[in-house]
Amino acid sequence: MNTSLNYAYYPGCSSTGTSIEYDMSSRAVCAALDIKLTDVPDWSCCGSTPAHTVDHSLSSALSARNLDQVASMGLDSCITPCPSCLANLKTAKHRMEDEGFRDKVNNLLDKPANTKIETKSVLQILVEDYGIENIRKKVVKPLTGLVVGAYYGCILNRPAELMQFDDREHPMAMDNIMEALGATVVPFPLKVECCGASFGIPRKDVVMRLSGKLLDTAKSIGAMALVTACPLCQMNLDMRQDQINHANGSHHKIPIFYFTQLLGLALGLTEKELGMNKLCVSPRTLLDFMVNEENIKEKAA
Amino acid sequence: MKVGVFVCHCGSNIEATVDTAAVAAAAREFPGVVFATDTMYTCSEPGQDEIVNAIKEHNLGGIVVASCTPRMHEQTFRRTVERAGLNKYLFEMANIREHVSWIGKDREANTNKSVDLVRMATEKLLRNRPLYSKKFDINKRVLVIGGGVAGIQAALDCADGGLEVVMVEKTSTIGGKMAKLDKTFPTVDCSSCILGPRMVDVAQHPNITLYAYSEIEEINGYVGNFEIKVKKKATYVNWDSCTGCGICMEKCPSKKATDYFNEGIGKTTAINIPFPQAIPKKAKIDPDFCTKLTKGKCGVCAKVCPSGCIDYEMQDEFVTEKVGAIVTATGYDLFDWSVYGEYGAGRYPDVITGLQYERMLSASGPTGGHIKRPSDGKEPKNIVFIQCVGSRDKSVGRPYCTGFCCMYTAKQAILTKDHLPDSQSYVFYMDIRAVGKLYDEFTRRAMEEYDTKYIRGRVSMIYPKGEKLLVRGADTLMGSQVEVDADLVVLAVGAEASAGASELAEKLRISYDSYGFYMEGHPKLKPVETNTAGVYLAGACQGPKDIPSSVAQGSAAAAKVLGLFSKDQLESDPQVSIVDIKRCIGCGKCIQTCPFGAIKEMEFRGMVKADVIETICQGCGICTSTCPQGAIQLQHSTDNQILSEVNALCQF
Repeated sequence: MNTSLNYAYYPGCSSTGTSIEYDMSSRAVCAALDIKLTDVPDWSCCGSTPAHTVDHSLSSALSARNLDQVASMGLDSCITPCPSCLANLKTAKHRMEDEGFRDKVNNLLDKPANTKIETKSVLQILVEDYGIENIRKKVVKPLTGLVVGAYYGCILNRPAELMQFDDREHPMAMDNIMEALGATVVPFPLKVECCGASFGIPRKDVVMRLSGKLLDTAKSIGAMALVTACPLCQMNLDMRQDQINHANGSHHKIPIFYFTQLLGLALGLTEKELGMNKLCVSPRTLLDFMVNEENIKEKAA
Repeated sequence: MKVGVFVCHCGSNIEATVDTAAVAAAAREFPGVVFATDTMYTCSEPGQDEIVNAIKEHNLGGIVVASCTPRMHEQTFRRTVERAGLNKYLFEMANIREHVSWIGKDREANTNKSVDLVRMATEKLLRNRPLYSKKFDINKRVLVIGGGVAGIQAALDCADGGLEVVMVEKTSTIGGKMAKLDKTFPTVDCSSCILGPRMVDVAQHPNITLYAYSEIEEINGYVGNFEIKVKKKATYVNWDSCTGCGICMEKCPSKKATDYFNEGIGKTTAINIPFPQAIPKKAKIDPDFCTKLTKGKCGVCAKVCPSGCIDYEMQDEFVTEKVGAIVTATGYDLFDWSVYGEYGAGRYPDVITGLQYERMLSASGPTGGHIKRPSDGKEPKNIVFIQCVGSRDKSVGRPYCTGFCCMYTAKQAILTKDHLPDSQSYVFYMDIRAVGKLYDEFTRRAMEEYDTKYIRGRVSMIYPKGEKLLVRGADTLMGSQVEVDADLVVLAVGAEASAGASELAEKLRISYDSYGFYMEGHPKLKPVETNTAGVYLAGACQGPKDIPSSVAQGSAAAAKVLGLFSKDQLESDPQVSIVDIKRCIGCGKCIQTCPFGAIKEMEFRGMVKADVIETICQGCGICTSTCPQGAIQLQHSTDNQILSEVNALCQF
């Protein structure tokens, strides 16, 4: 096993607010696995959805500045937990292979940006660089009794030509990790469906419908919880779960974890380190249930 | 030699971008040219007569025609000069259409290039010599590769015409894809009822020798005299004594063998006869599943066989057949649809192919003609058909239209209603391509009389919802999303070149396109010929085809073979290599490089020399460029002739 994994880490804006528990748990998990993360110095917003809906060169300029910051660290790649940041950083690199576009973007920047920086997701490096079998060896508290579905969202693996990771229609990275952690993974048929994304702001009804369907499906396949890898997906399913129940007349109470939170739990990290208290739908009952199941199993053994 | 030059307008094809009159005027100044003119259509009857008259009037010894590609009309004009009394090789063609007028718009540059090409052709012509063909005997037997409906048609037509036919079929029964079908469009008549008797005819025809479960190992020779090595794959059953009684199948304990004939719907036994109407009706053992062959234990079939024909030690066997012509009818295979992640990539048992559905509909199929969901055996109510799976889709490397899926989908929708009157069928389509006699009427019937819901749009996703499959797609006519709760999804999977098509093409020395389909001699005028003399095409090996077109091509190929064999001797092409014995030093380099094995060693007054077997030489010229002495020369393309062309081009 390669014990000297080192990465530049780009947290992304949501990690400082709505998805702070994703950031906390990502950092904690990497530390527990001896993966060294160094924050990209003076990082700024990648442009997110608003920038590229208005102007592609502006969006790429915002992302390219961050890629250039990575280059200033003397590195040629970085990782980020957020799929939206990932898409923006990768898109910027791809678009700037075109000379005309590159000139336009560089005009917006103080100095021409380095365009050779590769970006990967935290999920991708855990699966590809660290390895699921190595994760399996590190498990100290298996997720006994947990029946979980993995929900990837629509942009983590798409477009396939750009993201170059897992399967665009049927990704398995998180399913495989959860299985390695001792959970029972139920195939989630809508794993790459859209949650409604940022329509939560202008057209809440869209999110109520799309995310509602995800929750209904999770319930129908008997999932006690879902794991996600995307701050926006997690927010729509978790924070808006009450709104969805209200709008659709449903009664869901399904904890929505970041996969890093459950991974951390299995690695023996504390709930506090993993920001479990930041989740809106309380996972308390489920977490206690898992501890209880594990105790029963140990006694039986 | 007095040379005449004819510059063709080809209507406006050439004249629009080449000043043909100026080309003719320039040609008049070339050494040797005594007559030059431009004509509207040189290939037409008056055009050809003009050539004949000019030869007589001006006592011409050779002709240059500047027009289209020699592939189009070289033979035409050779016959013309022959008609005027000249040797047909005292003729040259300058291609100023494909090589000039069609590819450039600059009239002045085009005219100059045309002048250059005519000058080259004239210089070569001045060094042409009369060449004469030799006659050779031919073997009037024909090989048909592939025993599908196209091959069967070709074989029966040839056999009825009095020819001896050798048929080689890869699987253990003939019948091909058509034998797997339940009914055929647009008449909805029973497929095996119309094909079955033809299969029996093949088995019983005194002129047909059938090698089933065999493959082509090697092909040598040339038109009229091919030598074929056939590999008879080990069946582990002595077919001379097997009566096809089927007792071995009843008793075989290994019942989990892949059922290739039924497209994996259900399982079969390790020793099996693919279906009751198989021809030949002989059993064979699938060595992957036979426990006697894999583990050395069992031997039940040997015990129960009443005629004692089981032979576990059987090896592949090779036989040699001599034939004069070959009809290739290797058909197609289904596209591997598992690349479509959105359709589940094979994860959902209730998403099946059209051919699997066909086996389910068939009364002699694994479900006895009952439509059942593979997952739980229940009767489906809502059935969704998805068209263009692996057709017209650049993203999976299959941009072509398979052509027959629209029709078989409509047929299957009609049959579904017949089998399950309470069912509802949905068809997601891109366009309905129902080009053929009674075809469009048929698809209308599926919609209007059988209440099939046609939805114009693609399916974006299939996912399981409880016991059902939710099919989500777009209705592009309504501009809306559609979701259908389906019990069964049938994919109209498109056709691709059959497995091993390119390897066989290389043995046959015929060309194939980038998808592996064989190239016809000319897309319009030589639909069943190939560019290799004596090799013909029939059916879907040339491109996806439905049954009527495949059968038509089978008959057409047979007609070509019968035409070829109407003569007792064929004329050899004199454009072959000839060794100048005085110059040959017997180094043998030409023997090593010849791709056709056409050169052999001979002894001449105690010295080793090379000798060309004229009937095998294909005139490629590789030996000419290899010979260190310039001793072996390709007739009609000698070093001197090529150099004179180069000099004509590079004189400025």
